[in-house]
Amino acid sequence: MRLTHPMRLNGARAICQSLVEEGVSTIFGLPGGAIMPLYDVLPEFPQLNHILVRHEQCAAHMADGYARASAALKKPQEQRTVGVCFGTSGPGATNLVTGICNAHMDSVPLVAITANVPNNMIGTDAFQEADITGITIPITKQNYFVRNGKDLPRVLKEAFHLARTGRPGPVHVDVPKDVLLTDYDWNGYPTSVDLPGYQPTIVPNMRQVKEAARLIERAQRPVIIAGQGVLLSGAWDELRAFAEKTQIPVMTTLLGISGFPEDHPLSLGFLGMHGWVHSNYAVHNSDLVISIGMRMDDRACGKFAGFAPQAKIVHIDIDPAEIGKNVRVDVPIVGDVAHVLAKLEPEIQPDSLQDHAGWLERIRAWREQYPPKCYPDDTPDLFQPQVIQAIDRATRGQAVVVADVGQHQMFAAQHYRYTEPYSYITSGGLGTMGYSLPASIGAQLARPDKQVWCVVGDGCFQMTLQELAVLAIYRVPVKIALLNNEYLGMVRQQQQVQYRGNLVEVDLAGGPDYIKLAQAYGIPAWRATRPDEVDDAIDAAMAYPGPAIVEFRVARTEDVYPWVLSGTSLGDVLPDTPYESARERALAAAGPSPKDGTDR
Amino acid sequence: MSQHTLVATVEEGSATLNRVLSLFRQRSFAIESLSIGKTNEHGIMRLTMVVDGAKSAVEQVTKQLYKVVEVRKVSDLSEDPRVERELALVKVSCKTAPQRAEVMQIADIYRARVVDVASGSLMIEVTGPTVKVDSLVDLFKPYGIKELVRTGVVAMTRGQAVSRSEKSDRLKLVS
Repeated sequence: MRLTHPMRLNGARAICQSLVEEGVSTIFGLPGGAIMPLYDVLPEFPQLNHILVRHEQCAAHMADGYARASAALKKPQEQRTVGVCFGTSGPGATNLVTGICNAHMDSVPLVAITANVPNNMIGTDAFQEADITGITIPITKQNYFVRNGKDLPRVLKEAFHLARTGRPGPVHVDVPKDVLLTDYDWNGYPTSVDLPGYQPTIVPNMRQVKEAARLIERAQRPVIIAGQGVLLSGAWDELRAFAEKTQIPVMTTLLGISGFPEDHPLSLGFLGMHGWVHSNYAVHNSDLVISIGMRMDDRACGKFAGFAPQAKIVHIDIDPAEIGKNVRVDVPIVGDVAHVLAKLEPEIQPDSLQDHAGWLERIRAWREQYPPKCYPDDTPDLFQPQVIQAIDRATRGQAVVVADVGQHQMFAAQHYRYTEPYSYITSGGLGTMGYSLPASIGAQLARPDKQVWCVVGDGCFQMTLQELAVLAIYRVPVKIALLNNEYLGMVRQQQQVQYRGNLVEVDLAGGPDYIKLAQAYGIPAWRATRPDEVDDAIDAAMAYPGPAIVEFRVARTEDVYPWVLSGTSLGDVLPDTPYESARERALAAAGPSPKDGTDR
Repeated sequence: MSQHTLVATVEEGSATLNRVLSLFRQRSFAIESLSIGKTNEHGIMRLTMVVDGAKSAVEQVTKQLYKVVEVRKVSDLSEDPRVERELALVKVSCKTAPQRAEVMQIADIYRARVVDVASGSLMIEVTGPTVKVDSLVDLFKPYGIKELVRTGVVAMTRGQAVSRSEKSDRLKLVS
């Protein structure tokens, strides 16, 4: 649709035209009563490609995965790709809540548009009425209830601006049905926003940058912790240059994974609850922690009071509210990571830097002492790391891995070598089980050039597997690695260790036959039960041009290590459970689980 | 733990107060008193909040308040010379003429005013800092307080300094 001004548009067309103006090409949603006027005009806007989901929660997760995967293509913040999802009033809107909250916790640029009952019905407890803007206040960066359609272009302009700039996040726009149907003057889409209360700090204060530079020059045992801010800011090149110049080793948070290439000599992998022993030891023994674009989350930092006890802390983040929130900070730097690193790097005098060779050597020794868990090739049972390592080999580390939440999420973080930005996507902050299947669909639509692997456990898979219909019908070529241990594995592990082995309501045995389930959706599927079946199954799935599922029947009771138990500090990390004990428990539990070889 | 008087200038709008309160609730930050009203600037409301908390917690809540898009400026007036006032209406029971005389006398000492008279009670209006209102209310208790309402504190810095919504030299930290 090509518009000339002035003209009149109804609210529905005004929304669609605004989305076109914002460069939106893909929308995820599901229609219902109140939002039907918007769907009624959608076909008039061929630029807007709509993906019909099976549950609104997944519309938000798909938009989330779409936005994150798009961010690998570096863009200025004003042009960041924003995920867009639609939902109708009442249950359609409340179903979006988990997905919006997930995006909020992980700073994902998202615009969620819902319809509500007509203005004259608002507040009457009408059919499918919910006070959805009341509900989304604490889980959005901003939200709008647009009771007058003349505000729509301004509101959408603001919504996209807020979602994609500064610290990104979700913005929710709720529009009563009659506003969608009423005609308003369309005077063109605004070219700027007027938000006096919103002025993100992009360029840092140089006094603090210089102060940080002096600390860095003096440090004997420095480490860099890179969070998702590096990815959001597109600062991977700046980070690499900074690390190479200063020879400071880099570890990432869970969401920071892939912000620094893991095959780089200075890469330490990730830290935190299930991060590497050497990374956690490095932080614990460091004399300077440079936290870049992270929010000092408890999963990354362990017990706050015991975090890096000997270190000064430089904290760089675009959100000042994150600085000093959880952990004491010596030098706070507020600004966009790419801008901060670009200013910080030239401030460092190479001659003033301390020699870190001994420190790097100490970390290398820890790394050798506590290597990634390695299994013999001929184990009778299949272990989750073996699967992830096989996917890494088969994809040559070039895939985008979208992991769900639980043990497989941690194994996927540990055993795949991530070298490209946003090649690891997961629900970090909210820990939303069921995230990976919809998010991988979104990621694949954003990155048709990449192979996308959805790594999912059987517990998570059963939370959103209705989206297999989307996978099949749109032929989105995601490869699903279903790591089936017939347990809520992470909860089972914690009950085992922290609740005296009292396993309560974690056994998922008797679940569906996933091969038959895949067949019901017309998706080819393979099953691997032993290590020697893994590579063939992965190759078969990769050779198939469309979506495919590989079910890996993995050992039921493997535990994720390293492990920083809740309430302990990173230095207290428990390195490993020996292979033998893992195997013994696996064998003990293997009894009732059917092992019937490869299907199809 | 200490008391802090926070002043926020915010944009008028049905959701603004909701957002601010939601934030306090979410972060488990107790508000002792809160008042909101219009200012001399069109479309700008002024919120005065008395909160009890450690300095670091108050700083954190200030930063969180700045993240509310409609919040223009937040100031902690606790360490500034300032005028703080609240207003209370107290309906005091006075069953006898001597009691009535005593209540009026106490009110007079506090420069409070009698604003309504009924057969068994007086309504007193008092304005002042919280401690003054507290102390007057305490004095009325033996007579029997039938009803009490307080506006919550409003505050303003003394002298030239102003807490207005426009950009000031104070760094507004938002994300």
